Amino acid sequence: MKALRNLFDNIKPHVQKGAKFEKLHSTYDALETLFFVPNTTNKNGVHVRDAVDLKRTMAIVVKALIPALLFGIWNTGYQHFLSLGVDASFWEMIGHGALKVLPIVIVSYGVGLGIEFMFAQIRGHEVQEGFLVSGMLIPLVLPVDIPLWMVAVATAFAVVIGKEVFGGTGMNIWNPALVARAFLFFAYPSKMSGDKVWVSGLSKGEGIVDGFSGATALGDAASGNMAKFADGGAFDIWHSFVGMIPGSIGETSTLAILIGAIILIYTGIGNWKIMTSVFAGGYIMGLLFNLWGANELMQVDAVHHLLLGGFAFGAVFMATDPVSATRTEKGKWIYGFLIGMLAIMVRVFNPAYPEGVMLAILLMNTFAPLIDHYVVQGNIKRRLKRAKVAA
Amino acid sequence: MSEVIKIKKGLDIQLAGKADKVFGQAELPELFAVKPTDFHGVVPKMVAKVGDKVKAGTVLFFDKNRPEVKFVSPVSGELAAVNRGERRKILEVVVKADGSDEKESFETAKPADLSKEQIVEKLQAAGLWPFIRKRPYDVIADANETPKAFFISGFDTAPLAPDMDFVLSGQEEALQAGIDAIRQLCDNVHVGVQHDAASKVFNNLNGVTVHAFNGPHPAGNVGIQIHHTMPINKGEVVWVAQPQEIVAIGKLFTEGIYDANRIAVLAGSEVEKKGYYRTKVGASISTLVKNNVKTDDNLRYISGNVLTGTHIEEDGYLGAYHSQVTVIPEGDYYEFMGWAMPGFGKFSLSRSFYSWMCKKKEYRLDANMHGGLRSFVVSGEYDKVLPMDILPEFLFRAILVEDIDKMEQLGIYELAEEDIALCEFACTSKQPLQAILRKGIDLMIKELS
Repeated sequence: MKALRNLFDNIKPHVQKGAKFEKLHSTYDALETLFFVPNTTNKNGVHVRDAVDLKRTMAIVVKALIPALLFGIWNTGYQHFLSLGVDASFWEMIGHGALKVLPIVIVSYGVGLGIEFMFAQIRGHEVQEGFLVSGMLIPLVLPVDIPLWMVAVATAFAVVIGKEVFGGTGMNIWNPALVARAFLFFAYPSKMSGDKVWVSGLSKGEGIVDGFSGATALGDAASGNMAKFADGGAFDIWHSFVGMIPGSIGETSTLAILIGAIILIYTGIGNWKIMTSVFAGGYIMGLLFNLWGANELMQVDAVHHLLLGGFAFGAVFMATDPVSATRTEKGKWIYGFLIGMLAIMVRVFNPAYPEGVMLAILLMNTFAPLIDHYVVQGNIKRRLKRAKVAA
Repeated sequence: MSEVIKIKKGLDIQLAGKADKVFGQAELPELFAVKPTDFHGVVPKMVAKVGDKVKAGTVLFFDKNRPEVKFVSPVSGELAAVNRGERRKILEVVVKADGSDEKESFETAKPADLSKEQIVEKLQAAGLWPFIRKRPYDVIADANETPKAFFISGFDTAPLAPDMDFVLSGQEEALQAGIDAIRQLCDNVHVGVQHDAASKVFNNLNGVTVHAFNGPHPAGNVGIQIHHTMPINKGEVVWVAQPQEIVAIGKLFTEGIYDANRIAVLAGSEVEKKGYYRTKVGASISTLVKNNVKTDDNLRYISGNVLTGTHIEEDGYLGAYHSQVTVIPEGDYYEFMGWAMPGFGKFSLSRSFYSWMCKKKEYRLDANMHGGLRSFVVSGEYDKVLPMDILPEFLFRAILVEDIDKMEQLGIYELAEEDIALCEFACTSKQPLQAILRKGIDLMIKELS
């Protein structure tokens, strides 16, 4: 630790303004602050500050994502061997899953952080921490059989178009991870939907045992295949909750996601209002559709709806992204509720692709400033009224 | 006193180093200073020259924009130096005391016999006018304006702040005299007190309306109290002063002197003998802190409290509006992997450090920033510690883009830096919110005058 500190202190003079490697200042700074909280002290204003900073905040979110990641790794192996009809041990499943999932994580972080560093370098800014979370979110919302080059292209698109063009972390309109997913969804639909992409090996034509289909629960429901939803079926409430179903890497296990949610809410990093209202909105919409019951998806139980697809993952990790969400407290209720309703609505009506969470969140990201605007106007009106009463 | 106004939002930072209610003994220092930088928007114009003999109450300089606002020497002695900073801006006007304690004499008078104009004139002549400040903007009051009320906060909830009841005990008479004078300026005087404290001093005052408040900091801030009793709308003005300043005003009328005496609390985790000390406006803190701090490490000396105070040196001067000196560690160290370490014993509003497992009663906080400046990312942090019907983040954004209309609509008239200091404390992105607010206020003053 001391040696590391000395190393940084030795390099520092060479990257200061006017020195030979001054261009590398922001890279140096990013590495230094990664290892050491800087020694800067408050100059004006408050003399003491809360110990939390953005690095800590982001690190907590990444920690909260780890249960979902670990489960995703296991489930990738589990689904793979299930499709082959081969019995495998726990560690074989983990091993297979890790081989499939970790490269995606590495590519996502490598490409994303590379671009972040480049932009910081060009702008002469400090490297901002936002991508620490996005880099983990991107792999978790992708199907496991996605080619790595697509991950790289999507990540690059998300960081540049989704974030840096707006000015970096804190300035973006949409959640960068969802931008990446949306990019892949529209650019390479064949790799993002269908029955083959969700289980590793299927798209390469590896054998399937009888009775196994790689389709997700929602895919099955959309095509009218409701047999597996019954108690004891592959997509019953219990399987859907624990997450032993095909789907994007990190989104299948509502259980693992809930562990993350508890971490986020307890630490105060994730917003409980948004999470609750997304689930409430989804549940109410599910109930309404149950009453209507025009197609199979509408007949899926409202609670079951919340356990399927990316709903829980979106509610806990995507909708709560503070930058792209509403920033007023009242707005958060409205924003979350609408995401929940829209997600189920799109899911039920979309003929091409039976999932709506991504689009619902992106749409509400777009409208978040509008919601905030009305909340702010409400505040302004209330204050004006007060003046008139006084006068 | 009818009902207790409950303040729910806010935060009491449990800072180590609270002072007991005892008086410490310390000699008065040799040097005193009046710092023009303590008064927002004042452009000092010197009257006295270096080497001049001055008495307590002799005018040192006045405000170039408002010549009637004069600033006087707190002690008798010799004008020792005028310390200037960048572009020859006057930072400190230093007076070396000669110990003779000579005072300019102003006539005693009964406030009731004087008109408003006479009172104003008297206060301005004696250099007491700068202690009457106004909201909006938190600047020295303008005598030509008619305030809708005069508000005094009778308690201070800031970290390690002095107990006003203790400070004022024995000065009830002068306080009442000051209130009587204030009532000639504005016959609508309000005092905010803490609901559970006895506050005999304030409850026994004549001619004031008392409001009781209950809640964490910033409940003791006069701006918060005004917001909950008579919010300031566009075009309205409320004058404010602190209790010890009212005492000084009272003494002008009863004794005919400029009284610079203040009782200040010396507190903070690094102070050896904490306690209350009798000192004067602008006194050098050297005699208070010399041989009275615990370590030789870098220390941060603050005139005022840790949220709003001014960073001074160990031989710096007490600010004009301050009755507190705080000493905390400077904290200029590197912390290894701070974002990943468990962080037991760290103080945070979030539970992102494991310190929630072992809550401490008191925290020895230092002046380290604990991170780098970032753009606004986390939302809702400010709302938790600002007990006002104001959306602080949107106000700050309006200030940053210099949108005057929005600033006005979002409540800039009601805020002073001290009210949003806790927002700055809590800010994950380490934004300098007090500086941003002052920038907005300066812009409002410039555009609307």
